[in-house]
Amino acid sequence: MSTAIPNPLALVAEVTHRCPLHCVYCSNPLDLTKRENELPTAAWIRVLREAAELGVLQADFTGGEPLARPDLTELIRAARGAGLYASLITSGLPLDEKRLDELVGAGLDHFQLSFQGAHEQSGKEFSGMETHAQKLRVAEWVKARRIGLTLNFVIHRQNLGELEDMVRLTEEISPGRVEFAHVQYYGWAFQNRQRLLPTREQLNRSLEIIKKAEEGLRGRIRVEYVVPDYYARYPKACMGGWGRKVLLVKPDGSVLPCHAANVLPGMTFENVHVKSLREIWHQSDAFQKYRGEDWMPDLCRNCDRRSQDFGGCRCQAFLLAHDAGATDPVCSFSPQRAIVDGILAEANASPQAGPMPPPAGEWLYRANTR
Amino acid sequence: MPERALRLNGPSLEIIERCDGNHTVQQIVAELQERYSKAEPRKVEEDILGYLARLHEQRALDFE
Repeated sequence: MSTAIPNPLALVAEVTHRCPLHCVYCSNPLDLTKRENELPTAAWIRVLREAAELGVLQADFTGGEPLARPDLTELIRAARGAGLYASLITSGLPLDEKRLDELVGAGLDHFQLSFQGAHEQSGKEFSGMETHAQKLRVAEWVKARRIGLTLNFVIHRQNLGELEDMVRLTEEISPGRVEFAHVQYYGWAFQNRQRLLPTREQLNRSLEIIKKAEEGLRGRIRVEYVVPDYYARYPKACMGGWGRKVLLVKPDGSVLPCHAANVLPGMTFENVHVKSLREIWHQSDAFQKYRGEDWMPDLCRNCDRRSQDFGGCRCQAFLLAHDAGATDPVCSFSPQRAIVDGILAEANASPQAGPMPPPAGEWLYRANTR
Repeated sequence: MPERALRLNGPSLEIIERCDGNHTVQQIVAELQERYSKAEPRKVEEDILGYLARLHEQRALDFE
């Protein structure tokens, strides 16, 4: 018996892969969409409307760098017009106050500003660009406009030494919300994972610092964090489950259940040029493939946690164990947990357990698209 | 809210609807005490203040 398919709650609008930064842990796929293949304005406007009709409550504009789209103001206006909460996930460049006023005037509700480090130098090391001063300016402009502001610090082995500085910077800026997000190993981050995965000691120390910050800032700044799930006993409920809460539209119009699913072999993702979002969400092979329990290995199908974590992440099962239908190897019950343990052993054996940046030539920096 | 949604029904919806920048907390309390005239006024006030405090802590709203 199949259960009813719930309506999605969020649309992730990945409007471009173009970006002025070159972050070594970027979650974009290794093969980036070219500008000439990006969905035009009218198509995005239609997608936003269809999303609202499907029950979606919020649109998260991301990329690449969504500010690289000259029509971003129009897209936000369309989101607001469709009754969606409009959120922007951005590095804060390129941006000036005039453009920010246009975005806010068009209906932007929330601004999430990324930080690659607590200082100009570390920011440059991990994104390939000097961006820190601009980000500080942008934070002040956003606060003056009184829309929601979240600071998102991406943390990993090489910048965890700055975590206390990041907390201090957060207190100085005083956003409504801050997220300390340990890197997740997909896309470019998967390629660079040897350099990004923290030691157990670094991770535990980071949780101490973050929890102390959370207590100290309660009522003033909402503190959230994401841990690297390689260190967990059980997998995350990735995206709230395959095809349960989120749909993601790529720059070329293909519709995926998450950022990373394009790595999965043998899957065809439908495109908004050809089908409506409703059809894709409810009926496409790709979305149906890992819904429900029929696809689960016996281990998951008989597990009490299956309705909590849905067997974990399909993309991670593929990246680590080359089998998208397997139990997420992060799960301690997985017969392939040893793969994850091996990666952790390597990360914890390295003598270079502190925040020492490697020679710049050894990172795989995210490329620019043409 | 960023990455979250509140499911509102009944009283929580009525409270949130009045968080529009034009109501004082006292006005919200008074209006809902009238609406829920059979309930104990002090309980209504306590429930509203408690709810608003929780939302404030989660940074979903601010008082001016």
